Formats: sequence, C-alpha cells, structure tokens
Amino acid sequence: MTTPATLPVTSNSDVVLVRQHVRTVAVDVGLSLVDQTKVVTAASELARNALVYAGGGRVRVEIVHNGIRRGLRLTFSDDGPGIPDIERALTDGWTTGGGLGLGLSGSRRLVDEFDVRSAPGEGTLITVTKWAR
Amino acid sequence: MSVSAEAGRRRIEELLQEHQERVFKRWLQLAASSAGHGDRGDLTGQLREIYQALKQSFTDSGDLSDLRGLLAELSRSRARHGFSPSETAVMVFGLKEALYESVEADGSPEALRGFIWFSRIIDDLGLFTIESYAVAREKVIIDQAEQLLELSTPVVKLWEGIVAVPLVGTLDSARTQVVMEKLLQTLVDTGSEHAVIDITGVPAVDTQVAQHLLKTVVAARLMGAECVISGIRPQIAHTIVTLGIEFGDIVTKASLADALAHALRESGVDFVRRRTHVAVRTEER
Repeated sequence: MTTPATLPVTSNSDVVLVRQHVRTVAVDVGLSLVDQTKVVTAASELARNALVYAGGGRVRVEIVHNGIRRGLRLTFSDDGPGIPDIERALTDGWTTGGGLGLGLSGSRRLVDEFDVRSAPGEGTLITVTKWAR
Repeated sequence: MSVSAEAGRRRIEELLQEHQERVFKRWLQLAASSAGHGDRGDLTGQLREIYQALKQSFTDSGDLSDLRGLLAELSRSRARHGFSPSETAVMVFGLKEALYESVEADGSPEALRGFIWFSRIIDDLGLFTIESYAVAREKVIIDQAEQLLELSTPVVKLWEGIVAVPLVGTLDSARTQVVMEKLLQTLVDTGSEHAVIDITGVPAVDTQVAQHLLKTVVAARLMGAECVISGIRPQIAHTIVTLGIEFGDIVTKASLADALAHALRESGVDFVRRRTHVAVRTEER
C-alpha cells in the first residue's frame, strides 16, 4: 500500500489492519524498533477510541518531512459525539468506557506531536506525529 | 401487471419453449467460452437443469425458489473450481444474449417488451449467484476464525504445579475470554498453583491488551494461583512505561525461562549441579 493512505476503522479487525499498516510505514520511515512499537501502540489506542466512542472513523497515514528528518503522521477522524472536556479526557485514569483510562493520555506520551480537535456533536480529529531520530 | 406486459411475458415463455434447442445451444456455447476450461458434459447438465427450472418457474407463477437453489449450487461448485463470482454471473447473463437472437428474429412488440421483463429476472439471478458466492466465502472465513481461536490458545504444563500459556498474535476480547477460561480450567484440572503467561508472540501491548492481562491475573489469584507474565521485550517495556500502565505487584520476566525459574523457586524446587552436568535443564527458547 502506498502512502498517504486512508484506512477505515469500523471493526476490531480494522484496528488490527491499521496497526499492521502503521508498522509497515514506520519501518519505511526508519523509526527505531522502540519508536515503531510506540507509534503502533498509539495507533492502536486511537483507532480503538474512534471505534468504541464514535462507532467508527478513519485514519490517514502519511510520511512527512521536516528538513532532512522524516516522520510518520497519523490523522484520526470520526463523526462521533465529540469530547466535551478535552482537558479531562487527557487525564490519566479518566475513562467513560470501562478501560484503563490511559489510551488518550498515554498516546500523547508515545508520540512527538499530539493535537486534539473536538467539540460536542462535531466529531473528533486527532493528529499525531512521530519523528525518526 | 398490465395486459401488454402479460402478453410480452407469455411470448417470452413461448419463445423459450419453441426455440428451446436453439437458445439452449447458443447459451451453452456462450457459457463454455466464458468458462474456458472445465468439464463440458457437466456444464451441459447443469445448464439444462437451470433452463428447465426457469421455464418451470414461469408456469408456477414466478416462484423462483427451485431455480435459486440450483444457481446457489452452481455458484458454489464453480467457486470450488476456482471461478470468480463474476465469471459465474456472466455465464448466467449469457442466457439474455442467447434469447435475444430469437427475440430479434421474432420481432414482435410483445417479444421485445417481454424481453425487458426477462432481462430484469436474469439480472436478479446473476446478482443472486454473486450473493451465494459471498455467503459461501463468508462462512469459510467465520469457520476459520473460530478454528484459529481454538488452535491459538494452548495451555501447556511446564512442571508439576506450573502451567504456561504462550500467547501469539493479537489479543482481543474474544480471544482473551477463551485464554482466561482455558487457563482457569487447567489450573483446576491440574491443581497448579503457578501460571506463566508468555507474551513474546504478542506484537503490541496496548491498554486493552494490558487490561485483559490484568483481569486474567486477578481471576487466577482468586483461585489461589500466582501468575507470572513473561516475554516482555525491551520495546514493549518502553511502551508500557510511556503509556503509564502499572502492573502493580504482578511478577513480570523478560523470558519464559526466567519465569519458569521464578515459579520453581516459589514452589520450593531447588536445582543442584551434579559434578559437571546440570541436573535439570531449563530450556532457553
């Protein structure tokens, strides 16, 4: 599959496919094994969030450049109910879905750049970037 | 149905009856060319049955259930022989072309009107063959997924009182459920007090996987067994720390060998070196 690519997230098996695709691209970008695992885990968390809280969404996977540095950018978007209180959602241990409450806050720590845009009723857009070292 | 449509339909029925040999021969010819290879005798038999069922369905006031059964059978058998669903559908559509030659020769407005109606039926039947193909395929996939679920979760006995579950692949809720049930049952059956959950084969540990693991460990504890999680590779350890997952007082080890050694120590088994040989060897993976 070429990049940029947009993958649907509508079932648990899609989450697995997203993970596999992100891993392939992460290897292409030249991320270290640790960074590959981190970005794959973040992708897994965010894709599952889109599935669990918004009933599905999509993710755009692309390679970005900053000077000579290459990076991997993932953009998760959904048309779900949105996040009413982003600050609170980013607190460790806060969950409305019965999970550990670390998916969103943990993902922020797993990547280099993290941006959430969301409003109630307007869906959620999360952009994360991981740069190769 | 209006009178003229009824007349058109009757005309088509007549054409299918009167020109039976010609239409059928042409259809067979078209179907055989689209099929390319395969057993021609077999095909003739199948098409003749379908042709008869089609005619029969018109006299039975449009009851297509027999015909659908035959088509489903055909679609399945052709799927087994490696035909794509569209090849099978094209074969069904061939009947339109075959009949059209007779309709053209007839030339009456009724026949042409009837042909439109006939086309619609054949289109439906063509789509039906694709659907049957998809259903058959889906069933295979579901069966395989279930088999995989069973296959991929063995619980093995490592030592008297020590069992291990080597996990491979993606851990979702369904699989964790199976793993947990099997592990707990094995603990009861073997009277084991130690369990090792090895995650060497799990490519990524996210919060969901971690939560499933934690629940399994707690459940095992409730039954009086201690769990050790092994196979935590460096990149996984890094990720778990960054995510902020806490394993609390659960014992974790880098390798299955370490976990086994730990469990043996806990259960009071000592190893003694016998001169130069190792009395009991724990095998490295």
